[in-house]
Amino acid sequence: MSVPEPMIVFDGVEKRFGSNVVLHDLSFTVSPGEHVTLIGPSGSGKTTILRLLMTLEKVDEGTISVGGRYLSHQDKGGTLVPADERYSREVRKRIGMVFQQFNLFPNMTVRGNLIEGPTRVLGLSRDEANTRAADLLELVGLSDKIDAHPTQLSGGQQQRVAIARALAMHPDVLLLDEVTSALDPELVAGVLALLRDLGETTDITFLCVTHEMGFARDFSHRVMMFDGGRVIEDAAPEQLFTAPEHERTKSFLQAVLDH
Amino acid sequence: MENLPRILSVLGDGLPETVIATLGGIVLTIVLSFGAGLLLLSPWRVVRGVTRVYVEGFRGTSEVVQLFWIYFVLPVLVGYQLVPLVAGIAVLGLNHGAYGAEIVRGAIRSVPRAQYEGAIALSLSPAQRMRRVILPQALVEMLPPLNNLFIQLLKSSSILALITVPEVTRQAREVLIPNFGDDTFLIFGVVFVVYLLLAAVITAIMRWIERWAARRLGRRPVRQRKVLEEVAV
Ligand SMILES: Nc1ncnc2c1ncn2[C@@H]1O[C@H](COP(=O)(O)OP(=O)(O)O)[C@@H](O)[C@H]1O
Ligand SMILES: [Mg+2]
Repeated sequence: MSVPEPMIVFDGVEKRFGSNVVLHDLSFTVSPGEHVTLIGPSGSGKTTILRLLMTLEKVDEGTISVGGRYLSHQDKGGTLVPADERYSREVRKRIGMVFQQFNLFPNMTVRGNLIEGPTRVLGLSRDEANTRAADLLELVGLSDKIDAHPTQLSGGQQQRVAIARALAMHPDVLLLDEVTSALDPELVAGVLALLRDLGETTDITFLCVTHEMGFARDFSHRVMMFDGGRVIEDAAPEQLFTAPEHERTKSFLQAVLDH
Repeated sequence: MENLPRILSVLGDGLPETVIATLGGIVLTIVLSFGAGLLLLSPWRVVRGVTRVYVEGFRGTSEVVQLFWIYFVLPVLVGYQLVPLVAGIAVLGLNHGAYGAEIVRGAIRSVPRAQYEGAIALSLSPAQRMRRVILPQALVEMLPPLNNLFIQLLKSSSILALITVPEVTRQAREVLIPNFGDDTFLIFGVVFVVYLLLAAVITAIMRWIERWAARRLGRRPVRQRKVLEEVAV
């Protein structure tokens, strides 16, 4: 059997903010359906990686592709040029992102948030989109909130709606950036349980940044430890959490556990 | 006091002109505010530059002089004389639209980046992001300053008296004062109250729209919320 095409490819990516080089010559691949967790100290560039994939930032060097298509660039007559808005939007449709602060639209109800993308971007009819919204709300356990405003929901509920909103686009890749960091402690477990459930029941490729090491351990197929814009360790969670190779990984895990 | 009915009747004749000039001016102001406000945020420098010239040009010069230009100078230049009321509405709209453009631009800029990013993550197009996500949220922020702007426009409508529009102020000065010179206090007292009432109507309508817009965002209206907080404290 041949090795499947990778879902995500970073090839020699460099990202700078002014003179601050955040990612150095970063290369890695993620297979379809794989769950990869990024860990590392604050400021190590984890969020930047997800934002590059969501096209919220532009690469300075190197290329990123998703599902076999360039994301950061487009092929124009044999030469690679930076992707324009229209091209980016096409590739972007395969990618969903859930943010630390939820980023729900306060000018729409829960239903409005869930059907906006499917009707306007995917071209679903209102009925189809409503059915999809109802199914997803049932999945995240918020069927009774369909006509509520985001402001009327708890943080945990808002985050579950945000997850449902991302899923409504049927993404191949889902990016999760510290999705439980803004939640009160008693609400974290519900959101993590939902994500575990999604991990088991869907074939979505997950790229996830989290400080919840217990979750990272049983959700991920692979964990990448970042420091100073480089991957310093890339291993299965059993390996990385129990017998980390690098001193830096050890001290980071120690610090997180003590916290 | 025995002249009050006549005074009211003559000022009443000017009321439609004042109301039409104000309404026309407000409509043009809204169109120009949104148009120029969005152009001020354009990714193209040239577009921003040209819009900036309009905004600064109209904010930085006298409204009365603008009126004289459109009413007296333009006919000399292009040979076409605007009807006084239309010339007046054009100046009211152009002038207040320049201020409104800054209000619209500022309100759009005040919507958190996270909202753009949420919209990008759903692959909405730039136009959909603006129309479906950003503008509805920005609207709530622009309504109170637009209310102020519309009231200023109402008061500015009295400059139309200078180009013979028989609106409330001109009726007072040109018709009433020559005939009821002893009642100057009463005449301008009534004029005062007329503008006050019209301003109250504008504010009432704008408050109603503010409450509607706030409800759409699942918010309670700002003023009510403040009061409740004060009561709670
Ligand atoms: N928009 C930005 N402008 C300037 N610097 C930024 C920006 N976003 C991130 N950075 C910098 O990039 C580095 C990596 O940030 P980030 O990817 O958020 O790290 P992490 O998510 O691992 O904490 C940090 O030094 C941060 O200050
Ligand atoms: Mg981060």
